[in-house]
Amino acid sequence: MAAYFQAPTAYSRTALPPLAAVSAPQHLVPPSDTSGTIMAITGVGFTVIAGDARRGDAFGAYPQVRFVPTVFRLTDKAVLATNGFASDGNIFIKKVRQRLDWYRHAHAKDMSLHAIALLIQSMLYQRRFCPFYVHNILGGIEDDGSGAVYSFDEVGSYVRETCRAAGSASTMLQPFLDSQIYPKSSQPPTPGSATHLSLARVLALVMDSYKHAADRLSHDQIGDGLEVYIVLSKGTSTQGLNIEGVSEVTSIPGGERIFLLRRSLA
Amino acid sequence: MDHFPTNWGRPRNDTWDPYATYPIHQRPQNHQPKDRFAEGVQHTQQPIVTGTSVLAIKFKDGVMMAADNLASYGSLARFRDIQRLHPVGKYTVLGAGGDMSDFQYIQSILDELIVDELAAADGHTLGPKEIHNYLAEVMYSRRSNMNPLWNSLLVGGYKDGKSFLAYVDLLGTTYTASTLATGYGAYIAQPLLRRAVEGRENELTADEARKILEDSMRVLFYRDARSLDQYQIATITADGVHITESRKLETAWSFAEGIRGYGAQTQ
Repeated sequence: MAAYFQAPTAYSRTALPPLAAVSAPQHLVPPSDTSGTIMAITGVGFTVIAGDARRGDAFGAYPQVRFVPTVFRLTDKAVLATNGFASDGNIFIKKVRQRLDWYRHAHAKDMSLHAIALLIQSMLYQRRFCPFYVHNILGGIEDDGSGAVYSFDEVGSYVRETCRAAGSASTMLQPFLDSQIYPKSSQPPTPGSATHLSLARVLALVMDSYKHAADRLSHDQIGDGLEVYIVLSKGTSTQGLNIEGVSEVTSIPGGERIFLLRRSLA
Repeated sequence: MDHFPTNWGRPRNDTWDPYATYPIHQRPQNHQPKDRFAEGVQHTQQPIVTGTSVLAIKFKDGVMMAADNLASYGSLARFRDIQRLHPVGKYTVLGAGGDMSDFQYIQSILDELIVDELAAADGHTLGPKEIHNYLAEVMYSRRSNMNPLWNSLLVGGYKDGKSFLAYVDLLGTTYTASTLATGYGAYIAQPLLRRAVEGRENELTADEARKILEDSMRVLFYRDARSLDQYQIATITADGVHITESRKLETAWSFAEGIRGYGAQTQ
């Protein structure tokens, strides 16, 4: 009985290994980066959200498949781009869409953009200790008609910005976007809309960025197809959209409008 | 069951601690696994008995899938009569590479799913799309619990006039295309399949599709050291699922005679 009341450290009736040694290795199935690049830019009354369609394999050595969308239309005024670990991304999109459906059924309207951003933050942070390995960029039109881009890290920190690139080509593209979009005197860059850029100019920036990133990066990182969603606030003209490969995907007429541009990045 | 009586709780000792204030978290051994056999519960950390590539293409009337009959044990060609194409319901075929015991487990849960759907008798049947979505959720949740089912799977099917072909693997990764290949086939056969099929999905006849798969299986048999010359082909069309008997590839090895280091030469 004396031994029974000793401090636990001195209590050694059995010689079990420490707990850490018997539990399974914690990185049994590490997430893999399935590459690709996403970006979003907002101007006055419009937001452009883009992503490439090539999917790398788990080893980052070989393009696994040549057309997988990474940009998803959530509502008529919100588009979400994901990048990182593909299966986490798919599940995350599925969950966000389900939450938006529930909201629509409860309130008979679509969730506003800043509310979606907050929802995404809390959904990501819920998994703080087993994170979704995805970078998200949310783009669209706010209730006041202004364009907005929200970018998130894996655990939910987010910020409203004017432009953002994420993924395999982000280190090349982000400084380039900064140089083109933020006013030269703005140090550090301030969020808001890029007032000096037309839709046509922004689309050209996006398509050129992808084309040249695809030329520079190794073959598994970026390529094949480019999908660009263009969200216009109510009443914004479609000037600049009369280019090849654009189709309208708006579901409810009379409000914000969404267009999809598909291009080859061969 | 906890086999350590000391973990069952502290017997009262009125002389030493009459009000039972001894903190629970300091009780002896409470930080150890409760179950002596907990350390015996292990998760798959590598595949053991494995199947190699599965190939699948879309053609005019539906989807065609091919896999050889081998289950390897490392580099040993251990089981040579394994069927790696499994029909699921009336509209779908599942083809598996990777760990064969995990594949058998997947077969059993899918069969159970089909029986449940049949028992519901609600007029709805599961098509390839539903099977694939279900599998993707199973695979993703298993990997998230750090206990993956070590397979790459192809789901092919034909329902309501539409072909369906998609991939899902141990990470829960999914994608779809008109030609798909798993394992070594993703490197060796996929380019051949793309060249033969892309843009011709609505023109290829069943005979042409079979020829394309057979040629690709032959290239794989020549190049993939874990493959076999016996294989099966599954065809899924409006007429339902048909899986052939095992068939043998015609191969020619006489070219090896002339290659130094390949044949019998010593110098």
